[in-house]
Amino acid sequence: MARSAASSPAGSRVSRTHPLVVRFHKLGSPAYFHVLAGRLLPWSAGATAMLFLLGLPWGLAFAPPDYQQGESYRIIFVHVPTAALSLSIYMGMAVCGAIFLIWRMKLAAMVARACAPVGAAYTFLSLVTGALWGKPMWGTYWVWDARLTSQLILLFLYLGVMALQEAIEDREQGARAAGLLALVGSINVPIIKYSVEWWHTLHQGATIFKIDRPSMDPAMLWPLLVMLGAFALFALTVVLIQVRGEIIARRLEALALSRPRSAP
Amino acid sequence: MSFDSWQAFWDMGGYGLFVWPSYAVTFITLLVLVVHALRRHARLQQELQRLERLQQRERKSP
Repeated sequence: MARSAASSPAGSRVSRTHPLVVRFHKLGSPAYFHVLAGRLLPWSAGATAMLFLLGLPWGLAFAPPDYQQGESYRIIFVHVPTAALSLSIYMGMAVCGAIFLIWRMKLAAMVARACAPVGAAYTFLSLVTGALWGKPMWGTYWVWDARLTSQLILLFLYLGVMALQEAIEDREQGARAAGLLALVGSINVPIIKYSVEWWHTLHQGATIFKIDRPSMDPAMLWPLLVMLGAFALFALTVVLIQVRGEIIARRLEALALSRPRSAP
Repeated sequence: MSFDSWQAFWDMGGYGLFVWPSYAVTFITLLVLVVHALRRHARLQQELQRLERLQQRERKSP
């Protein structure tokens, strides 16, 4: 009885809305998300480990060598997942930025903040592994062509977003500025994606993410998809940990404000 | 399995100097990401527990 009495004020307010709306409303509450993320974490971390344990030996040892590139093509299993996800994470971050700008949903700002370092790391990895692949295949680590340059700009966009999130004293204002930069910068994402079609480049065209069927042998495509899943779930795991930290950081700030005596 | 020996595996058809550093830098970066996130979370959690204990004590003896 005590329980129903305690839950009645909130319950009566939302009782007539659709259950999905209530769910979404609850999802936006940091306290609820903290619990949800905590429950999700062991599963996403476990699945990440399993996919890496499957994908690494598959890609490194069991997939056949490429008929043109020999064994050097095995870099694809770390290069393509980090490159593809650097774009998806950026779009996720920009959408969260927009949600925060429009509806002032605090959780969206926290997710955007958690996405930035993971996305920046994946962008960095796509550039480094791309350079290490380019040297034996193209004869150079780097060329200033459209694909590589626009991907480098993506790294700078991530770093700019992170700088705004960290450097501005007022959290809300920092999140708004970072969200705006992320939104404006999202124009770069289709440019990266279609750069290999719009401009002449050393970089090869798309082999998986295109409208026709992927032009890749299943013996190579499957381990690549497993590695893509592993990197995606790894990103999810780190974002969940970071958002949980962010929620605690906010609670700490609120506690510090409510206890003025402890302030220096 | 597309390699006959461990040596062939490490050699990567002569591309070992490019393949292995790619995997090394990738997994070192992933490790840094997850360790940083976990340590930050643990530090914040500890700080929150300390503050909450402090507040409870203050409530008991105002």
